[in-house]
Amino acid sequence: MDKTKLINVPSDSMIPERDADREPILEARHLGIDFGGLRAVDDFNLTIGRTEIAGLIGPNGAGKTTIFNLLTKVYQPTRGTFLLDGRDTHGMTTSQINRAGIARTFQNIRLFDNLTVEDNVKVAMHNSMKYSMFGGILRLPRYWKEEKKAHEKALELLSIFDMADMADFKASSLPYGAQRRLEIVRALATEPSLLLLDEPAAGMNPSETAELMNNIRKIRDTFGIAIMLIEHDMNLVMGVCEGIAVLNFGKIIAKGTPEEIQSNPAVIEAYLGTDHNEKEDAAQ
Amino acid sequence: MTFLNHLINGISLGSVFAIIALGYTMVYGIAKMLNFAHGDVIMIGAYVSFCVTSYLNLPVIAAVVISMLVCTVLGIVIERLAYKPLRDASSLAVLITAIGVSYFLQNAALILWGSNPKIFSSVVAGLPTLSLADGRLVISSEAIITILACIIIMIALSLFTAKTKAGKAMRAVSEDKGAARLMGINVNFTISITFAIGSALAAVAGVLLCSAYPTLSPTTGAMPGIKAFTAAVFGGIGSIPGAMLGGILIGIIEIFAKAYISTKISDAIVFAVLIIVLLVKPEGLLGRKVREKV
Amino acid sequence: MKLKKNTKSSFATILLVTAAFIIVTALNSAGALSNLFQGLLVPICAYMIMALSLNLTVGVLGELSLGHAGFMSVGAFTGAVVSMSLTGTVSSSLLRLVIALIAGAVVAGIFGFLIGLPVLRLKGDYLAIVTLAFGEIIRSLITCIYVGVDSRGLHFSLKSAEALGLEAGGRAIIKGPMGAVGLQKISTFTIGFVMVIITLALIFTLVDSRAGRAIMAIRDNRIAAESVGIPITKYKMMTFITSAALAGMAGVLYGLNYSTFTAVKFNYNTSILVLVFVVLGGIGNMRGSVIAAPLLLILPELLRGLNDYRMLIYAVVLIVVMIMTNNATARAAIAKLTDRIAVFFMKRKTTENSATEDTSNG
Repeated sequence: MDKTKLINVPSDSMIPERDADREPILEARHLGIDFGGLRAVDDFNLTIGRTEIAGLIGPNGAGKTTIFNLLTKVYQPTRGTFLLDGRDTHGMTTSQINRAGIARTFQNIRLFDNLTVEDNVKVAMHNSMKYSMFGGILRLPRYWKEEKKAHEKALELLSIFDMADMADFKASSLPYGAQRRLEIVRALATEPSLLLLDEPAAGMNPSETAELMNNIRKIRDTFGIAIMLIEHDMNLVMGVCEGIAVLNFGKIIAKGTPEEIQSNPAVIEAYLGTDHNEKEDAAQ
Repeated sequence: MTFLNHLINGISLGSVFAIIALGYTMVYGIAKMLNFAHGDVIMIGAYVSFCVTSYLNLPVIAAVVISMLVCTVLGIVIERLAYKPLRDASSLAVLITAIGVSYFLQNAALILWGSNPKIFSSVVAGLPTLSLADGRLVISSEAIITILACIIIMIALSLFTAKTKAGKAMRAVSEDKGAARLMGINVNFTISITFAIGSALAAVAGVLLCSAYPTLSPTTGAMPGIKAFTAAVFGGIGSIPGAMLGGILIGIIEIFAKAYISTKISDAIVFAVLIIVLLVKPEGLLGRKVREKV
Repeated sequence: MKLKKNTKSSFATILLVTAAFIIVTALNSAGALSNLFQGLLVPICAYMIMALSLNLTVGVLGELSLGHAGFMSVGAFTGAVVSMSLTGTVSSSLLRLVIALIAGAVVAGIFGFLIGLPVLRLKGDYLAIVTLAFGEIIRSLITCIYVGVDSRGLHFSLKSAEALGLEAGGRAIIKGPMGAVGLQKISTFTIGFVMVIITLALIFTLVDSRAGRAIMAIRDNRIAAESVGIPITKYKMMTFITSAALAGMAGVLYGLNYSTFTAVKFNYNTSILVLVFVVLGGIGNMRGSVIAAPLLLILPELLRGLNDYRMLIYAVVLIVVMIMTNNATARAAIAKLTDRIAVFFMKRKTTENSATEDTSNG
């Protein structure tokens, strides 16, 4: 892959140079949330370019999934806000955020277990299908037309991951890896402009991970969307992400290209600890 | 003075609700299930006590003890047979099963004791009534005993959960079943203990309830059961002082509704209170908020 | 076009109900049905609709309603008032029934909306208990209502039948605790059958559409459904209103089959009875509901001697079915047992062929 050059933007962040002339898809400003007395996330600032593949990494419990929950309004932020496509998202609900352009997958898979693979994808096309409940019950011509279109599109999306032949299977009967892929397809079916992937490579072997890496790039190139992913597999993160943010104890401790992150002392400290920490531990 | 009389009646009825609500709240806290059959255990407790005093002519104390024993065993058996197999099932499945158990108990009682109501003789029939302010304020012995019983039970339970090993195990299981198991706590045994205590309290509640309202039929427990659940939710489900507070408040509301509004719609008013509480403060007066993990 | 599996199954269910209707009608006109059974025909249709309606809430939406009889009650009393106040103006009893059915469905639907507003914000056990509370509230409020009709129109009172101030020739329709009185019995088996078919068609087409998928997605995983842009409250509400309206319709059909009925008829026990139909027929399985409702209504009539034990048996069956279908060990045991039986029969076939084979190893 060609090295992406990152450029600085006003909000103390960087985006790929090629996205410079367009409004960033996401701009988080001082985002923060408290759980009781705990500051789970504090002063989170991040800008993501239109076609950027961004990575969010950090030790366990750093608050990565909490960031995703804030960006999808599963949690309402205690402080700050974020702009999506230049629009303030203050007060929006989860489903409104999705309609506005953010789709996600979940760390602990959340499929519609009793629906077929195809229906899982079709549920996500809900807002792009144009017929009313009444039209559906009376089976007006529009129903047949829209359903046919949805069926074709669902199969097309499933074929990105070679899953079209599984369309009639019950979602819960799929093997683990296929369930993870179905979550990505489902998220794509909502036609997002920013796709959030929460540990997409969890439980995958190296060859599956390599395939996933190609697919992530393929998705970005085909749909021209931005992708942000949380991942512990550093090969995947360093291989596919253009800009990386490192989170520790709810705060961003470093931002930059994979090369910059790999050589950043603060990041190494967060992941490995330092002599200083060991001394403190010994003193206690 | 009539106001004071109503208030005392309300506290007395509320004390019965509180004792029942304790059973709901403990079981809900630990097994995370709504034991719909709890109200019917009350009814069984009252029938047992009725049989012991009327057919065996044993003293009141014996009746209460026997009925507590029977209900304890019943509670454990219900838990083992009906609820334990569903420990990992959906809450919908568990709730429907609990409704099945409730129905089973009601209909078993119908077959055993018939549908004609039995006249329950008060367990405190011999004791005098307290008459104050030249007889304008009358406190029945039932009311005194009920309120006393409620206070004693409440203190005993608080001490039990705070001080004893079994009580601490209970709190641990209600926090996190998995972690409690890893700490060497016997989760199944702890859940059984909870059902046992809850059911024994139900027996006491049954005897007290039927002493104050002496008609006993297979559906006697259903309505107080639901109202006590209302009380548990009102006070904050899972909280022992909450159950107590909620029970007494619901009792007072019911008596006042009967006295000042209408006997016909007093139940409707109690339920309306439940709905309002759930909407305004779903965690109840003394409950804790829980956040869903994503 | 190739029919989908669901579509085939839906048609089969509708055919099944139609066939049953034709057979029963034929038997009836041949005089082969007892009075008792004839009297059960309309209630059976009403309870089939009730079971389908509750199954929509429990099986498709995934929320338990314990106050469904409340909606039935609202429908029944609305139907009584509407049909009786139209006796003078609409001469066709069929038309009166149809208007009453629509009115009952609309009013129950409105109640569904009003109750849904607070209830649907709750989850699981809380939702169930609050629907129960609403069912009881509806029941106790109806016992306080007096409605009468005379040439000047409808009169309402919360006090007594006398307080209605009806002029001579007017009559009271709802008399508080005495319920609806002096009704014309205009419900028919044919209309009942038509309503069951309409209900089935409505549910099947709803489930196999954009809205139905959204509803089932909410049931399977609320958070994921929200994350793909489904407006949760809207669809929960729509389902709840539809379910309430269907229950209201069932209430009209049921009520207008009698000359008098009381609010007690639609208490908590009725809600539970319908729940039993749904659970035994299979949660989410519409065909199961239309089979379970008539069977469980007729069976006790056939086994009169067992009547005392009927509800006890229901209770046991309810518990056993829930454990069998929700406990992993029990499910595995059933699967093993059916395998064993299959193997047993296969073996028997082979032993019949070769008598020397030893079957004791199995």
